[in-house]
Amino acid sequence: MNVRVRRAGVLLSGLLASLLLATGCGRNIVLHPAGPVGRSEAHLIYLSIILVLIVVVPVIVLMMFIVMRYRDKPGNKAAYKPEWSENRALEVIWWAIPIVIIGILGAATAKETYSLTKPPEQNTTPYTVEVTSLNWKWLFQYPDKNIATVNYCVIPTGRPIQFVLTANAPMNSFWVPELGGQEYTMPGMAMRLWLQADKPGTYYGHGANFTGEGFANMQFDVIAKSQSDFEAWENQVKQTAPPLTETGYKNLTNPSVVSKASYSSYPANSFMDTVMENGGKYMSQTMSTMQSLGDDAGMK
Amino acid sequence: MKNFFVTGDPMIYASDVLIVLVLVGIIFTLTYFKKWGWLWREWLTTVDHKKIAIMYLICAILMLFRGGVDAELMRTQLAVPNNHLLSAEHYDQIFTTHGTIMILFMAMPILFAMFNAAVPLQIGARDVAFPYLNAVSFWLFFFGALLFNISFVIGGSPDAGWTSYPPLTELQFDPGPGENYYLLAVQISGFGSIATGINFMATILKMRAPGMTLMKMPLFCWSVLASCIVILFAFPALTGALLLLTLDRVVGTHFFTMLAGGNPMQFINLFWIWGHPEVYIVVLPAFGIYSEVVSTFSSKRVFGYKSMVFSLMAIAVVGYLTWVHHFFTMGAGADVNAFFAISTMCVGIPTGVKVFNWLLTMFRGRIRLNLPMLWTLGFIPNFALAGATGVMLAAAPGDYQYHNSYFLVAHFHQALIGGVVYGMLAGMYYWWPKLFGFVLDERLGKWAFWFFNIGFYVCFMPQYELGFMGMTRRMYTYPANMGWTTLNFISTIGAYLMGIGFLFIGAQIVYSIFRGQRDLTGDPWNGRTLEWSLPSPPPAYNFAQIPHVQERDEWWRIKQAGLADAYRKVNLNELEPIHMPKNSGIPFLMGVSFFVGGFGLVFGWTVVAIIGFAGVFLCLLARSLQEKTDYHIPVSEVQQTEISLGRA
Repeated sequence: MNVRVRRAGVLLSGLLASLLLATGCGRNIVLHPAGPVGRSEAHLIYLSIILVLIVVVPVIVLMMFIVMRYRDKPGNKAAYKPEWSENRALEVIWWAIPIVIIGILGAATAKETYSLTKPPEQNTTPYTVEVTSLNWKWLFQYPDKNIATVNYCVIPTGRPIQFVLTANAPMNSFWVPELGGQEYTMPGMAMRLWLQADKPGTYYGHGANFTGEGFANMQFDVIAKSQSDFEAWENQVKQTAPPLTETGYKNLTNPSVVSKASYSSYPANSFMDTVMENGGKYMSQTMSTMQSLGDDAGMK
Repeated sequence: MKNFFVTGDPMIYASDVLIVLVLVGIIFTLTYFKKWGWLWREWLTTVDHKKIAIMYLICAILMLFRGGVDAELMRTQLAVPNNHLLSAEHYDQIFTTHGTIMILFMAMPILFAMFNAAVPLQIGARDVAFPYLNAVSFWLFFFGALLFNISFVIGGSPDAGWTSYPPLTELQFDPGPGENYYLLAVQISGFGSIATGINFMATILKMRAPGMTLMKMPLFCWSVLASCIVILFAFPALTGALLLLTLDRVVGTHFFTMLAGGNPMQFINLFWIWGHPEVYIVVLPAFGIYSEVVSTFSSKRVFGYKSMVFSLMAIAVVGYLTWVHHFFTMGAGADVNAFFAISTMCVGIPTGVKVFNWLLTMFRGRIRLNLPMLWTLGFIPNFALAGATGVMLAAAPGDYQYHNSYFLVAHFHQALIGGVVYGMLAGMYYWWPKLFGFVLDERLGKWAFWFFNIGFYVCFMPQYELGFMGMTRRMYTYPANMGWTTLNFISTIGAYLMGIGFLFIGAQIVYSIFRGQRDLTGDPWNGRTLEWSLPSPPPAYNFAQIPHVQERDEWWRIKQAGLADAYRKVNLNELEPIHMPKNSGIPFLMGVSFFVGGFGLVFGWTVVAIIGFAGVFLCLLARSLQEKTDYHIPVSEVQQTEISLGRA
């Protein structure tokens, strides 16, 4: 019976593997990123995969070998030492192996963690987009031009983008996997995420933290355009789109699912006011955080 | 009340009918066979650790079924894109109850079943340190679980995830009774868990047979001790967090609200101060079980005992200092993230050592592939992968990409199923003959194992890749153009295979009750520790005479010295009256009272809540005023029992 089950298992896995290959399926966007932030994260992921395989592969191979060799069946000639249970040298070796691996990965992790708090390129002027997660939609505000978009965001290529994040609803998480890792949007706080796109394109984005019934609809596009195309887009929105009024903003905050939209202006200070209203005023560090976010990005 | 019963969904109506039928069936059977008195005397009022273990085990298997059905529904919903089999609301409820039930009402009770089944027998004790408290713990768990489970037919299930993050769980966004159910049910069973932690810590430290020093203790007992220490430090954080959120919802305070000065982040912090150590609470005893099983079924001493003990304790301590890795992406600075990234990776060091020591225990042994060993061998590659992806997740910048994606979902299922569920099943098969007196059928068990084990990989390996493709957890459906369809479909097939595996376990238990091989020796596995020197099942008092322990693998030593038969015989003239705790109905009534009080609070019915909690107080008072809580089994009765067991 055992053999039969095992055969069925092998058959099944083979079937699944060929199914996988045959259908092609989606793209592994995390490991094939389109910007420097995602790239440096992918490098760390590759490093970590290699390091853990140093332990995983020998463990599985060793286990299979031991189980085959030391089975309890008549005539097994392999050694049997029921009292053998100590070996200082061996134990020192496998205390040492994981310590070395963790040492290497820990150092790389710490270095990368610090570098991600800085813009991916130091020589280019960053561009700032303010992001507010709402139930169940994303509002993007561009303080440079005082324009706003809903459920899509346009950015210039080759330039570090400083996303300043907050929520006017239960906390969500702002994730554009192809450009880089995520950061939470939290009510009463303003947080920062650096991303950058190498080349023009449309990148998939989605909220990563559950916020209730409409959560599955919290998809947005990040559209990267060359600097000149980007500026043309800015001007086009400025001239053709309707303004986002106080009432319009209020309507957006009501729970609903909406399609993409653009606005030629938005109520002054609405981002900062949202942060303050949702608890920012109780958090001593919020003001100074906002100040430093502004300084770093060259905001007024 | 208009919305008291959940209406509108055919699946819920079907459940209503099933619940009524099962209840009628149970009541009819008990009445027809005149078993009400038996139920009360032998089970509802018992303080015997072995019976409490059995009750925990039954509940855990039922909850595994309930949580499993939730899982199958979710996987069915996700099998194809744009599926509307379940509505968003229904799906949200199901993933919430799945998570909560599996962690708190399946993993915890099956863990406590193992504690109760094995610890007193392994250390040569007649019961736990506080048998009455042990019964209280069980009934608090039982009625907490009951309160949680009725939510889906009465009032509606919670729907904000098992992590229950505010402000989503505040009244403003989640007004129904569902979230209250979560808060109160988890709180009530949590009290029971804390008490169990204290109880087994005291049992292990104070109730060991003479001669059994700490370093001669079986590794399972060490793992339970480590787990209990973590329970004691971690669970109060959960109690506090749940209490504050309950106050927000029921009384109108503002601890975690968005407005009026609340700080939702603080709940998340407190939740994970419990939530991450909780992983070690459930996995450490599984490590203990693997150590027992590997050594027994290799007929060899466990390799590197001291390293094993040290690594258990190291995991307990370091594991307590890693909780922030659950929110690397919530804006903590680089200093904080780097610290918790490295502390998390450090847990991998002692865990890796344990894996190597298990391998070396098998090395130069004689390996028998009985069911407990099979699940243990299934565990090793599983946990190697879960540990590996755990280390990958610990690298904070990597986590910015993995967080809340299906990569994370695959990782924690591999750790919790591959680590904990496999361990608990190994433990169940291992100690089942000790608890029930018969062995579970090997043939059906092997079918169960292969279906479940293969199904596991088919289900969860594709999910790692889905994470890399950008799929986030808790989406009730997904668009067709993302390229996620094939992998999701495969994953669903895997979930069904696991479901078939579970059905085989059910069939195996039923079959073995009637046809299972009886365990007449008390030592079906050629065991090494004291529990195997006793008959299966052991008498109420376990040991007619408390043994004097000389070695770590004491029973193995006795057998090697050829003294087993002599050891099994009791000298009837040397027996003394045995001091035992009396049964009590108060723990059960206290559980009922907590249930009533909790139910009242769920719906904001103050009078009902007051009645319930007054009941709790009366139970406490009644126990305080009780004079005789213990008794002595007379020598004649012990003699008779031992003779009937063939031990005189």
